[in-house]
Amino acid sequence: MPEGKQEVGRAGAGDPVAVVLQDHSATAGSGAGLAGPRNHREFVRFTRLHRALHACMVVSFITLALTGLSLKFSYTVWARALSHLLGGFETAGFIHRTAALVMFGTFVTHIVDLYQRRRRSQTTWRDFLFGPNSMLPVERDFYELVATMKWFVGAGPRPQYGRWTYWEKFDYFAVFWGILIIGSTGLTLWFPVFFTRFLPGSFLNVATIIHSDEALLATGFIFTVHFFNTHLRPEKFPMDTTIFTGHMPLAELKRDKPREYEALLASGELEEHLEEPQPEVVVKTIRAFAWTALSIGFSIIVWIVYAMVFAYR
Amino acid sequence: MVWLAAMRTRAELEVRQVRGRPVCSNVPRLAALFLFVFILFPQIAAAADEPANSDCLACHGEKSLTTKRAGRAVSLFVDEKKFNSSVHGSLSCTNCHADLAGKELPHETPLAKVNCGTCHSDEAEQHARSLHGKALARGDALAPRCVSCHGNHDIVPVKDPGSAVAPLKVPFVCGQCHQEGTPVQMNRNIGQHNILENFSESIHGQGLLKKGLVVAPSCISCHTAHSILPHNDPNSSIARHNIAKTCTKCHAEIEQVHRKTIRGELWEKQANMLPACVDCHQPHKVRTLFYSQGMADADCMRCHGNERLHASDGRKLFVRADEVAGSRHAKVACSQCHSQVNASRVRPCETITHGVDCTACHAETGQQYERSIHGKLSAKSDPNAPSCKECHGGHGVLGKHDPRSLTFATNVPDLCARCHRSGEKAAVRYSGSERDIIARYTESIHGKGLLKSGLTVTATCTSCHTAHGELPASDPESTVNPKNVPGTCGQCHHGIQEQFIESVHSATVTKSTKALPVCNDCHTAHSIRRTDEDVFRLDTMSKCGRCHESLAQAYFDTYHGKVSRLGYSKTAKCWDCHGAHDILPPADARSHLSRANVVATCEKCHAGATRRFAGYLTHATHHDPRKYPFLFWAFWGMTGLLVGTFVISGIHTLLWFPRAMQMRRELRAAEARANGTGENGSEQANGSPPRDGDNA
Repeated sequence: MPEGKQEVGRAGAGDPVAVVLQDHSATAGSGAGLAGPRNHREFVRFTRLHRALHACMVVSFITLALTGLSLKFSYTVWARALSHLLGGFETAGFIHRTAALVMFGTFVTHIVDLYQRRRRSQTTWRDFLFGPNSMLPVERDFYELVATMKWFVGAGPRPQYGRWTYWEKFDYFAVFWGILIIGSTGLTLWFPVFFTRFLPGSFLNVATIIHSDEALLATGFIFTVHFFNTHLRPEKFPMDTTIFTGHMPLAELKRDKPREYEALLASGELEEHLEEPQPEVVVKTIRAFAWTALSIGFSIIVWIVYAMVFAYR
Repeated sequence: MVWLAAMRTRAELEVRQVRGRPVCSNVPRLAALFLFVFILFPQIAAAADEPANSDCLACHGEKSLTTKRAGRAVSLFVDEKKFNSSVHGSLSCTNCHADLAGKELPHETPLAKVNCGTCHSDEAEQHARSLHGKALARGDALAPRCVSCHGNHDIVPVKDPGSAVAPLKVPFVCGQCHQEGTPVQMNRNIGQHNILENFSESIHGQGLLKKGLVVAPSCISCHTAHSILPHNDPNSSIARHNIAKTCTKCHAEIEQVHRKTIRGELWEKQANMLPACVDCHQPHKVRTLFYSQGMADADCMRCHGNERLHASDGRKLFVRADEVAGSRHAKVACSQCHSQVNASRVRPCETITHGVDCTACHAETGQQYERSIHGKLSAKSDPNAPSCKECHGGHGVLGKHDPRSLTFATNVPDLCARCHRSGEKAAVRYSGSERDIIARYTESIHGKGLLKSGLTVTATCTSCHTAHGELPASDPESTVNPKNVPGTCGQCHHGIQEQFIESVHSATVTKSTKALPVCNDCHTAHSIRRTDEDVFRLDTMSKCGRCHESLAQAYFDTYHGKVSRLGYSKTAKCWDCHGAHDILPPADARSHLSRANVVATCEKCHAGATRRFAGYLTHATHHDPRKYPFLFWAFWGMTGLLVGTFVISGIHTLLWFPRAMQMRRELRAAEARANGTGENGSEQANGSPPRDGDNA
């Protein structure tokens, strides 16, 4: 990739990154054989805001799941114990609504951030929404899905994914959709007297079913599929912490998001996206947090399975 | 005739003057009567226009002679034979029917009422002052006149057994008015009831009516014949301070057998300090007493006052005089209970063959006891059956109002617990569904009220089960039979009972072959709690579901039910919406859930609730596509979405897994190669297989 070399070279001759990149290009796909004194600089995949929003999502989502499911599965002993642990159904309800507000806040912040980023990027909405870094599904995602299926069954190579794979986009819109559906029905149930001024009373019953089952879908999906797809894939086992640290090893970027890597290399912007790794203590803290969240998530899955399969009424 | 009238008036005046004298013995009165008759009779006989008895009987001797009074035919027949043999047989008709004098015959009707007082002035005066006379003066149509008791043309001497007021007949003469069902008894304020009935069963009545003992007292012996006055009139023969005098007219030496009660002469001198006869011997119920008259407690205590007195079987026979003196029966003689004693024996008690029979006095209580499960067991000689003594004690028996008494309200649970506490003899026999009765009662609202707060009006065992008529709940006569429970609880909780009997659960409203719930089905029998306690609110919720199964199940699918199931009492429970005791179908306008009331019912918790809000389905289920199609499809739509998402993403993940494992193996291999070739392998690890190095 001479073009890339030149670009990087412009950044400064003898810059270790250039060496790294050069080496990478030379040993493409191996992910090994890196050399140089500062080769541990990592790719910044998520900004501080993204990380903060995800952390807020984690906390609020788990809180909502725990408090909400304690009501949904009120017939289990677990639910009673949890409800009492949280300080009773009124306190649990208060916590649930507070967490909902945090999640709404996260959602709104994200939307505002999108607007601002569009403005900063000085591109049109069209380019912004349908560019290579957009979360919106595009035609290419469909082809990648098909190619992935082929790869799964051994009928083709692993596709060259871009910044966002189709399953990541699916996760993203699952949350988007979930917040709209669960949030709107949740508000109806929060302010039933207000909403029944223009909705029939039985809509509260429908809202209860939608709110509750959609929440079950969301928790079930996040704590199994999302956990596997993103955090616990065997090649990343035991944990991919990129969303928490924001950092992704360069080799991983090259392996997992080759299209993005190539593009960055081509545009010469890669250097701008490299940073020193997070201090050890931060990584450890993040791991502790992530493992806690993961454990709670799995416990909730166990609880759901128990409640749905063994104690269903 | 004018002269005659003047003469009569003068004679009457004379009579009145005689009557006016302070001492009114019969001698001057009779003298005046004789004077009157002897002086006037010849002139009356001589007077040609004076109708003779035969003139009157010319018409009144005919049996068919009648007249109409108040629409009824009344016979005017006078039996000449009876009249002639009557005490008034020697008098002329006009002596009594004075207004006939000088009238043409046949005379006009009606005649004036006969004034017996013309001759019987004392009696007339007594009658006028009496209850009867005053009523008559008031114009009371029910008040008796002379003829009401004595009759008219056929009056015979009182001594004659044929007299209307002969001793044997008096009770029935009085009883014409003074028995149950008569206008007098029903419409006038008479303090006593069943007077004639009670009297005829009393010892007085039996003596008179059964044994024909004409000296036995009848009504007039106590009430007098003509001076009948209410007992609160100081002149009455039955006024409290006159009772002793009245009774001692016959029972002259009564104090000899009432030594303990009256201490001799106090009886006469200070009757108001002492119980009056009627305090012990009910006025019309004077009972046949079985005890030997003439026995006094002192006679018994000569032996039984000895602490070392034992029966041949070893029982102590010592009676503590002070125990008896402090008891409810302090004024009851030994021989009244130990009734088989014979005063004529040296050892009067040697004739005793049976134990004390309390029913001799407590007859009604005894009948209740005989019908009770206790009594029935006792009749079968069951050793577990409690006798009177077991609950009430023996010589030291105290009234139920004495806090020291075994039967005082706060002591009752302990008393019953002797047999009914878990493990005790009655609890062991019992096969019903109640458990730990005493322990649960003690912790119940009733038990706490009674035993902790000392509130003696709180329900204790006997309040519900009765004191003497206890029966198993299965017995339809039992106060705790489901049929009777509302009434039993309603003794205290009357307002609730009034609501309940109007409700859909009342047997008077709902005719059902299924058992309808009564108080204890929700409140339990012995563990009754305050209804604002969480435990009660949560426990009781499941009780409605015993009958209303599907509704209760659906309720637990809603927010209200789910929160309740978590163990919180604040959200709406069945009765918060339906009412507790006044449950009615929503179609009933009085129901809490009727169209007019439902919004207000929701507003109890949801301020600002509207009619639309009340449309919330509080018992909705998503399993019924016909009743709740929206819910059904919403549920299955969501379930389909859920299952679909999981199936697709599940397959995706499963297919991915082997590839991911393969990637892992390749990365590991690459890492191993890197470690093998470079010395700074650990640093490189940061770069290549992403996290393994960190973990190492």
